[in-house]
Amino acid sequence: MKVAMNPQRDGEIRVGFYICHCGHNIAAMVDCPAVARYAEKLPGVVLSRDYKYMCSDPGQELIQRDIREFGLNRVVVASCSPLLHEHTFRAATEAAGLNPFFFHMVNVREHNSWVHTDRHEATEKAKALARAAIARVAHHRALEVKKVPIHPDVLVVGGGIAGIHAALTLAKAGKKVYLVEREPSIGGHMAKFDKTFPTLDCAACILTPKMSEVGTHENITLWSYSEVTKVEGYVGNYTVTVRRKARYVNEDLCTGCQECISNCVYKEPKFPDRFNEGLGKRKPIFIPFPQATPQVVLIDPEVCLNFKRGQLTDKCKKTCVEACGDKKAIDFTQKEETREIRVGTIIVATGFKTFDASRIPQYGYGVFPNVYTALEVERLVNASGPTGGEVVLRDGSHPQAIGVIHCVGSRDNKTNRWCSRVCCMYSLKLAHLLKEHSHAEVYNFYIDMRTPGKSYEEFYDKLLTEGVHFIRGRVGEVTDWAMTPEEEGKLVIRVEDTLAGFVRRIPVDMVVLSTGLEPQADAQAVRRMFNMSCGSEGFFLERHPKLAPVNTFTDGVFLAGACQGPRDIPDTVAQAGAAAAEALVLIDKGFVEQEPNTAFVLEQECSGCKSCVPLCPYTAITFDEAKGKATINEALCKGCGTCVASCPSGSIVQHLFEDDEVFSEIAGILAPT
Amino acid sequence: MMKVTRTIKYDADRVKGFGREIMRVPGCEELESCIQCGTCSGVCPLSIYMDHTPRQVMALTRGDFKNEVLSSQTIWLCASCYACTVECPRGIRITDIMYELKQRAIHEHIYPSHLPIPVLAREFSEMVKRHGRITELLLVIKLFLKTKPFAAVGNWRLGIDLLKTGRLSMATEKIQNRNELGRMLEAVDEKKGAEA
Amino acid sequence: MKYCYFPGCSLKGLGRAYEESLLPVMAHLGIQLEELADWNCCGATAYMAVDEAKACVLAARNLALAEKHGGQLLAPCAACYLVLNKTKHYFHDYPEMKRKIDHALSAVGLKYAGDTPVRHPLDILLNDVGLDAIRQKVRRPLAGLKVAPYYGCQIVRPYATFDDQYNPTTMDRLLEALGASVIRYPLKTKCCGGSLTGTVHEAGIRMVYILLNEARKRGAHCLATVCPLCQFNLDAYHAQVTRRYGNVVVPTVYFSQLMGLAFGLPEADLAFKRAAVPFSWRPPPARAPQASVAASK
Repeated sequence: MKVAMNPQRDGEIRVGFYICHCGHNIAAMVDCPAVARYAEKLPGVVLSRDYKYMCSDPGQELIQRDIREFGLNRVVVASCSPLLHEHTFRAATEAAGLNPFFFHMVNVREHNSWVHTDRHEATEKAKALARAAIARVAHHRALEVKKVPIHPDVLVVGGGIAGIHAALTLAKAGKKVYLVEREPSIGGHMAKFDKTFPTLDCAACILTPKMSEVGTHENITLWSYSEVTKVEGYVGNYTVTVRRKARYVNEDLCTGCQECISNCVYKEPKFPDRFNEGLGKRKPIFIPFPQATPQVVLIDPEVCLNFKRGQLTDKCKKTCVEACGDKKAIDFTQKEETREIRVGTIIVATGFKTFDASRIPQYGYGVFPNVYTALEVERLVNASGPTGGEVVLRDGSHPQAIGVIHCVGSRDNKTNRWCSRVCCMYSLKLAHLLKEHSHAEVYNFYIDMRTPGKSYEEFYDKLLTEGVHFIRGRVGEVTDWAMTPEEEGKLVIRVEDTLAGFVRRIPVDMVVLSTGLEPQADAQAVRRMFNMSCGSEGFFLERHPKLAPVNTFTDGVFLAGACQGPRDIPDTVAQAGAAAAEALVLIDKGFVEQEPNTAFVLEQECSGCKSCVPLCPYTAITFDEAKGKATINEALCKGCGTCVASCPSGSIVQHLFEDDEVFSEIAGILAPT
Repeated sequence: MMKVTRTIKYDADRVKGFGREIMRVPGCEELESCIQCGTCSGVCPLSIYMDHTPRQVMALTRGDFKNEVLSSQTIWLCASCYACTVECPRGIRITDIMYELKQRAIHEHIYPSHLPIPVLAREFSEMVKRHGRITELLLVIKLFLKTKPFAAVGNWRLGIDLLKTGRLSMATEKIQNRNELGRMLEAVDEKKGAEA
Repeated sequence: MKYCYFPGCSLKGLGRAYEESLLPVMAHLGIQLEELADWNCCGATAYMAVDEAKACVLAARNLALAEKHGGQLLAPCAACYLVLNKTKHYFHDYPEMKRKIDHALSAVGLKYAGDTPVRHPLDILLNDVGLDAIRQKVRRPLAGLKVAPYYGCQIVRPYATFDDQYNPTTMDRLLEALGASVIRYPLKTKCCGGSLTGTVHEAGIRMVYILLNEARKRGAHCLATVCPLCQFNLDAYHAQVTRRYGNVVVPTVYFSQLMGLAFGLPEADLAFKRAAVPFSWRPPPARAPQASVAASK
């Protein structure tokens, strides 16, 4: 058993022990006065008290008074979980002039009174815990909280409305922001929407000014068509590698005039247009949508003739280059670039993916041509969409009846169990827009109508007055076989109208599937890159669902928007602002304090076997080849203890968990009462 | 005079604990997460003939309305095609709950006496117990005799067709080790008795 | 290839055409079927309505006997296939049920370990025999025959082991390998009504009508089935359906009968005469086997 050298032995150990009643929480099951009387007799204990509420102001003052009056040099409080009040008591200890790490907290609530039903057993356990804590705290050493400086620049990953708002907030606060977006333009899903609920604001009209601001703000470096490939470092000091994909167009020279597109050898657009969800077509050289930011075209090397024919010579007429003229923005030799940046904080705002409706074959998506997803319909009704806002079917005809099916992929054990939160509202919105843009009868099929936000109920009321048919019943099947003459050639929705109390068959021409929101396909890869966790549903995990919704378990990395869970635009913007504020807290304070439970290597003992290096989940251990010893970066170390346990020569030690501290605690538990 | 019926359910109409009892049967636990979405009724090919749709039966069962559930036609109209079970977003084994309700109805004799389906089920099980196999012609004859003797006459054409094509045999199908079956079924009763 | 064969009560009774056509087809493919000695009724859906434990115990006796016999159990009847598989699932998933089954079986000196696979003919034909081997045996391709493939509910719900639950295609592919054209039939897994045609006649007949009507509308010359009760419903009630709904009747055959026809087996062996609605379509006469043509060159 190795004992760390401690040059600071304080002479006589004088422990003050306190057991808290916590009202009835602890006192109902643990005989606190008895425990206090027991502790009084333990070696090193100078005074022992029980008290109703230790965390209260009088409670904390009691500790401070006792430290001064009785010359205490160790304090033990037996109460609730350290997660709640360790910080409180450490602060109280420090205020009385004692190093806060001479304080030790033991949990007799969550670990004892709340899980026992026998008062005697609970009290005996509390005595054992007290004994262990008192034995341990004698070995505690004075430790200093480490301060790590914070680099003032910020990385925002994802250029949807969340990333845009976070970036603008930080930029306006005077911080330098890198905004990295995977698609050729920022805007995210919101750029695809036609109108937004509940106000029916045109999405592009409210989004594009912000996009434009991002594009021109001096504090924002916008890297579109780029992806983060590596993140190294620790809070305040991240080194991020970004891969900038080749557009084959020089961003600085292109003015967005789009002459190249008009003059492309392809007279007609031929290739599926991703922005329009495959409903429209584009040419090999294209701009994602008219208001794209940056206003720069790009070339798709998979279909551009120049690339397809393999040689950058005169196989293709290169009419685009000609049309560009002396701007000379097109550059077929452009290569992918790798850039490295240093930032102190990161905001992850990578958004969501829509549920793939073909996973539910009963609804016929991909089988019947006139079954659409909600996002496809957003493009249909949009004035800058593939049909100019006209609601037409694949064959160009106009639908007489449209069915909108809620909860596609959501609230379903077989696909996604959660409610996607926005679909009821957007289904109402689509019902409104479909009625506005066509003469069709519109039917909405729902299980529950979820309209919780501000003015959302009002929106639902409005829809009720517009003649949309609302049928409460989850659709089981969309079929194409007819039972009556009116059903011939139609898609038939068979559903139980649960409110009216009978089963109905409703013939429609068009079916709209309100698909749910799910995590992006590469969420797992992304979370590993940023050292985050995912919840059971696959969305990124926040530190605390109520009190820390934008923080992650990794300091310096924050979340904003739908990547954390399905949400609408108002909540996304609010969350993006919150994430920016959290980043500002770190940046403006300038440093971050680290819990000193870090591990360190006893260099003389280290045998240079390197077993510890790959084990560290935080890549905090490096090997110094020159010295032949491992070293641990204190700022990266999270105190998980893996290296400590694994070191074959026992030469890694962890503050607050040194051998003598741990073994004395064990001995304390096992000793007879 | 216009005839009206008053339908209101008082708390005393509930058989408290019935729902819990059904949900304790292995495989029927998920009923407690029913959100009454109506998918089951929507896909059920026979829901249009039922006095209570499958969704309503689930609500009635969970709500402890035992008498209403066991005397409804629904459980007998269920063809156990499993469409509801497969589509239910909560994974509720609706078909198996229907079977459970059928068993209880037979056990407690709560069903209209001339309703052919429970009679069929009972006759089927008797024949299996006795002979080990089913002879379809005999079964059908027994069924009609016990439910509606004169309807048998109406199906004479069907009968002739089947005889003509040689699909109806008069010989009784049996297995050799018939007593084995009896003993096995008794053993089940024994075990049930022991567990009660 | 050898399998233990479980006919079930129906294949000896109303559904005898299925057995009568399946046995020669299997023999022609070199598959040996040994009927399980002293098998008892599986219980179908009726017994489950009376007592779940007893129903499982009955079915388990067959599984235990099959285990003693050895090999895999082939259950062509869709209801037997479902009941035997369901019992196997219950045995593995519900410990209480396993105890009851163990106890009842041990009372008669039987034991079930839970292993014997229960297979369906379509599963065996596509996965064990393979479509290539089947195509080789085709002498009279069913060219020009439009078939509506009707699977019914029991072989895909609630357990879909060898085929897709919503859009099964094993029979489609089999029929295409025989040279037939398979029409797109969206009702391929819709319930036929089961025993309701006998007990709640009006409801049952309408369900039969819906299936026949859609097949007729889509130009099918016949429906191909895997289940004796489905075949019975679609076939034997033709008079009642016609009386109620007009002439919507389409003949319904077993897939094994079509196989036999395509293989050029003697028609008398294929039990076509058992049907109430005659299936009179026949493919062109047998062509000479490929091998002899090559040899003569």
